Amino acid sequence: MSDRILEIDGVSKRYRLGSIGGGTLHGDLTSWFARVRGKEDPNRKIGASPRPGPNATFMALDDVSLAADRGDALAILGRNGAGKSTLLKLISRITAPTAGEIRIRGRVASLLEIGTGFHQELSGRENIYLNGAILGMSRAEITSKIGEIIEFSEIEQFIDTPVKRYSSGMYVKLAFAVAAHLDPDVLICDEVLAVGDLTFQQKCLGKMSDVARGGRTVLYVSHNMRTVNQLCTRAAYLEHGKLLYDGTVSRAIDLYAGSGVRTVDRNLDRMKRAKLQGLLIRMLAMRILGSETMEYQMDDTMEFEVKFRSDAQESRLRLRLMLRNNSSSPVAMTQTDTFEVKPGDTPTLRVRFPLTSIAPGEYGIKLALIGGDPRGRSMHYDLIEDVGHFIITDDPSRTEGFLWQEPSWGNFRLSRLEMEIR
Amino acid sequence: MQGQQEPWDTIIRPKRGWFDIDFKELIRYWDLAVLLVKRNFTVLYKQTILGPAWVVIQPLMTTLVFTVVFGGIAGLPTDGMPSFLFYMGGNILWGYFSSCLSETSRTFISNRGLFGKVYFPRLVMPISVSLSKLINFLVQFVIFSLFLVYFALKPGSPVHPNFAMIAFTPLLLIQTAVLGMGFGIIISSLTTKYRDLNMLVGFGVHLWMYATPVAYSSSLLVDKHPELIGLYMINPMTPVIEYFRSAYLGVENISLHYMPLSVAVTLVVMVLGLLLFSRVEKTFMDTV
Repeated sequence: MSDRILEIDGVSKRYRLGSIGGGTLHGDLTSWFARVRGKEDPNRKIGASPRPGPNATFMALDDVSLAADRGDALAILGRNGAGKSTLLKLISRITAPTAGEIRIRGRVASLLEIGTGFHQELSGRENIYLNGAILGMSRAEITSKIGEIIEFSEIEQFIDTPVKRYSSGMYVKLAFAVAAHLDPDVLICDEVLAVGDLTFQQKCLGKMSDVARGGRTVLYVSHNMRTVNQLCTRAAYLEHGKLLYDGTVSRAIDLYAGSGVRTVDRNLDRMKRAKLQGLLIRMLAMRILGSETMEYQMDDTMEFEVKFRSDAQESRLRLRLMLRNNSSSPVAMTQTDTFEVKPGDTPTLRVRFPLTSIAPGEYGIKLALIGGDPRGRSMHYDLIEDVGHFIITDDPSRTEGFLWQEPSWGNFRLSRLEMEIR
Repeated sequence: MQGQQEPWDTIIRPKRGWFDIDFKELIRYWDLAVLLVKRNFTVLYKQTILGPAWVVIQPLMTTLVFTVVFGGIAGLPTDGMPSFLFYMGGNILWGYFSSCLSETSRTFISNRGLFGKVYFPRLVMPISVSLSKLINFLVQFVIFSLFLVYFALKPGSPVHPNFAMIAFTPLLLIQTAVLGMGFGIIISSLTTKYRDLNMLVGFGVHLWMYATPVAYSSSLLVDKHPELIGLYMINPMTPVIEYFRSAYLGVENISLHYMPLSVAVTLVVMVLGLLLFSRVEKTFMDTV
């Protein structure tokens, strides 16, 4: 039963950077006419080389080869911009590769977006037919499965209501229900589980692993390592359009986790920031102490130094640290006590950041220098959105066997409930 | 295991060559085309009071205006036919052609969201548009037939439908649809790069109507500028419209001699359209 179902063979995808073509028919026609007469292109930028250089293109995927067998649940991991979505787009035939070849046996169903082609004015039932047909089912096939689909979607009583009256949750449920009943040979999912309530998410994951166990192939892209762990049997790791690893899930997750900006020394001076107060007080550098990888255990303490320069007098300066979680939502804020700086100072601030009560996961750090007066008004001197990432590893032995369920439990690990049995 | 490997079902390669349309696959997606037609029809008239009646109201009003302006005020000859019937015949067929053209010319632009998320043969979209428009046409055609019967049964009526010619109506409709869709997909393929053409379509179709004997008869031109007739007949819609009127009203017309030219132009447009479309459909997501 282990026959090949998908082969990706040396696939590359190149995008041209900048504007494409002259943009107007007139522009292209004049360029073409000039070329025909052997004259110089009137639309060419002065000083530009006659042929666009090789750096005018961008390799979204660079010679990627990958294969999947029947029954594989393959995760594709990588940072934003690593080429995951491009790869899925190529496999689902939304755009053609620049080089290489992709070979597929059987039917591919791609859920790059849930509810593709749903029409607001049509009822749930009508949309099941339309969406099913768009995904490649025949009408007879949909009719034979419609009972199952409606049941799976959990919205029987609204099935003849136009979907524009649906809540977003109902919408997603219906959409996934259709997709789940496609019975494709290759199912491609791109972060579709990020929506819907938790029970439904679990149901979707269950359905997807059923698909894989039923001898089909699942390709799954997600930033949610928990679902990757739960669902996938293999994983590939992409970075800058290149396939760096293809193998076990845990190793790929390690690679992924290690790929964030987790350098212990950061030059903050060069980083992009908003122009605040003319940057009279400005962060120059940050150095993490006591960790090489920025991986921490629960309840560890992160220590770091921030060096900054002041060109102003400020008697109530603070360093503020804000955390963002994996989906870029703000999670928490903490700050130092106030301290004083004078023009010309270049102090180094050593900070201890106890990670108690922060749940396992990956976080981004945002740093700000804030001045404030006693009446509570504050003034931002410097603000850097993404200074770096750190990870708090999940350790079930410390939580009596529980793995942290971020989607339902959030990013805070509160202290144990006190109780008394009577 | 080596021996029993079945062949690959799908091989995705960089776009290569000119003609690359999988007609077998297109047929597999016939259900989708039908469902899209159904969708277009239900959705279009949701939240309108008169609903599908609009299908009939539009050409009737235009015909009425033509009858008053061109027939009444300008007094253009209508080959001796009742002017209302004359204009209505031209109007509904032209309406079918022009709506096919302008709707399909937006194929890539207006379906960008859908095309960017899921694969199906892109040609399903223009085909379903042409089918939707065909339904509209057929409804209008029924109304036209009622008027036709009324006028034909009037004593001393000049209207004498030519049933031998009427038998070819389905072919005529296919030709109209292919022409409209052909021009439409040519424009849609070019608009993925050049948006200028989108601007052109709206009034271009309008101007084209005046170059076609919709509001007048080509016999008018034959009388006044016989030297221009060859140029005039390059417009493939001219013989189509006049054939339609000849068949149903029974009027002799010179355009019919140019029907082979019209069919040839239709084929050229269709092939060119398919070529461009198949060239663009694979990678247009990168440029749109």
